[in-house]
Amino acid sequence: MKKLINNPEHVVEEMLEGMVAAFPGYVRKLEGFNVIVRADAPIKGKVGLVSGGGSGHEPSHAGFVGKGMLDAGVAGAVFTSPTPDQIFEAVKAVDGGAGVLLIIKNYTGDVMNFEMAGEMAEMEGIKVAKVVVNDDVAVENSTYTTGRRGIAGTVFVHKIAGAKAQAGGTLEEVKTVAEKVIANVRSMGMALTPCVVPAAGKPTFTLAEDEMEIGMGIHGEPGTMRTKIMKADEIVEHLMSKILTDLPYKPGDEVAVMINGLGATPIMEQFIMNNKVNKILKEKGIKVHRTYIGEYMTSLEMAGASITLLKLDEELKNLLDAPADTPAFRQF
Amino acid sequence: MATDTAGLVKILEAVAGKISENREFLTELDSAIGDADHGINMSKGFSAVLEKLHSQKIDDCGTILKTVGMTLVSTVGGASGPLYGTAFMKAGQAVAGKSSLDFEDFVTILDQALEGIKYRGKAQRGDKTIIDALEPAVEILRKEKDCTDKKAAMDKALNAAKEGVEYTRSIIAKKGRASYLGERSIGHQDPGATSCYLMLQAAIEKIKEMSGKGC
Repeated sequence: MKKLINNPEHVVEEMLEGMVAAFPGYVRKLEGFNVIVRADAPIKGKVGLVSGGGSGHEPSHAGFVGKGMLDAGVAGAVFTSPTPDQIFEAVKAVDGGAGVLLIIKNYTGDVMNFEMAGEMAEMEGIKVAKVVVNDDVAVENSTYTTGRRGIAGTVFVHKIAGAKAQAGGTLEEVKTVAEKVIANVRSMGMALTPCVVPAAGKPTFTLAEDEMEIGMGIHGEPGTMRTKIMKADEIVEHLMSKILTDLPYKPGDEVAVMINGLGATPIMEQFIMNNKVNKILKEKGIKVHRTYIGEYMTSLEMAGASITLLKLDEELKNLLDAPADTPAFRQF
Repeated sequence: MATDTAGLVKILEAVAGKISENREFLTELDSAIGDADHGINMSKGFSAVLEKLHSQKIDDCGTILKTVGMTLVSTVGGASGPLYGTAFMKAGQAVAGKSSLDFEDFVTILDQALEGIKYRGKAQRGDKTIIDALEPAVEILRKEKDCTDKKAAMDKALNAAKEGVEYTRSIIAKKGRASYLGERSIGHQDPGATSCYLMLQAAIEKIKEMSGKGC
């Protein structure tokens, strides 16, 4: 393992402290907890948005804490859900009296820990609502799984629910719009290399030089299919065919596109992917309203990327276009 | 056979030791079908448990178990934290106020731990989880609650748990991250069922050792 770290046990805390040092005007860390909150939290009368998950997905989730997006990001150990006490602290720190929305990615551990935290918050008299993001079309939503995973599409939930909360939406309204995003967002990813969790010190799986993994989660867990490596265009075609057939689309529909690097894929390759994504959408008469390219929901140093499409209506477009100012997401 | 609070702490020490010895093994199992952190997180949780139990003296078995549960919930994370945490908390509630535990209490503890895990995880037998190891053992102990040969009953229960672990090799995961692998999860034994078996094994060995011939 070759990593720029001091001690595997301290990576999360040192990362968060470094982040706060870089963005003191935006965020602060709750003393004794791996929780990043808006520097001005709690904001009176505004619905608080709390998200989080395992570390290793940077800039998710703490990178999206700021005006127009999240009020708190809770960082668990690498690839491990944060614990209920940490999430509970985050909820208390951002509750401005209007209630708190928990944005959870559909992983068993995340759901259970956030649920326990929600139970604790309700016992303290804080109004809490939750949404579970499940945008990954790689996995079937069947009785044999715990449902689809939540991956990069979560960032659109942060953005749009964040804009709604910033505009003064009630907890019910913010939750409703978050659910609308979840109903309309689809993603799928692929990996060229595995990643190394610092505490484990070795790759989570192995791939031969000429192999790739399709339908990866974002935790280094194996995907749904392993194949010989394909050209970028073929990979994009495969991912897009899964994404586009999962929701009905008609010519004239508008979407937001996100090409999300998993940590070790150059922007060059992400643009190459986007080139093909655009061609496919053009052929289908689907209009691209906005495109986001870069690293949003990474998987440590994994090479690979995911594609996310969010189908838009007027309400979602307006909220997506609203300004946001956070360490990792700025739009004016 | 009966044990006081000091004995209960000894049993928990044995459980913690077993988890720490098998840290790499459990992580290895998890890397095949999960995200390669089960051993790391569980051993982190149990070192915190030991620290907590050694830093204070508690005269009530229920409170000891609840403390273990709360410590696991706040240190383990992932799915194992809330599952094992809820199990210990629920077990603790069932023996609240007791300063010593007998065989019947041991059965109650495991029975309630199973209920806690089912409540929190919404899983059932055959889903390739902790339950596949724990439920068969609990079923035997429920049946043998009034038996005369407690040691034999515990051995039988442990054996059933072991068979449960073996059984997880043959089935498709329906819960947790392994469920996304579909048929690719077949052939791998479940890390959660394994850690549960190891904990049972450590507890039962310790109980037998402490009760000596007078069981």
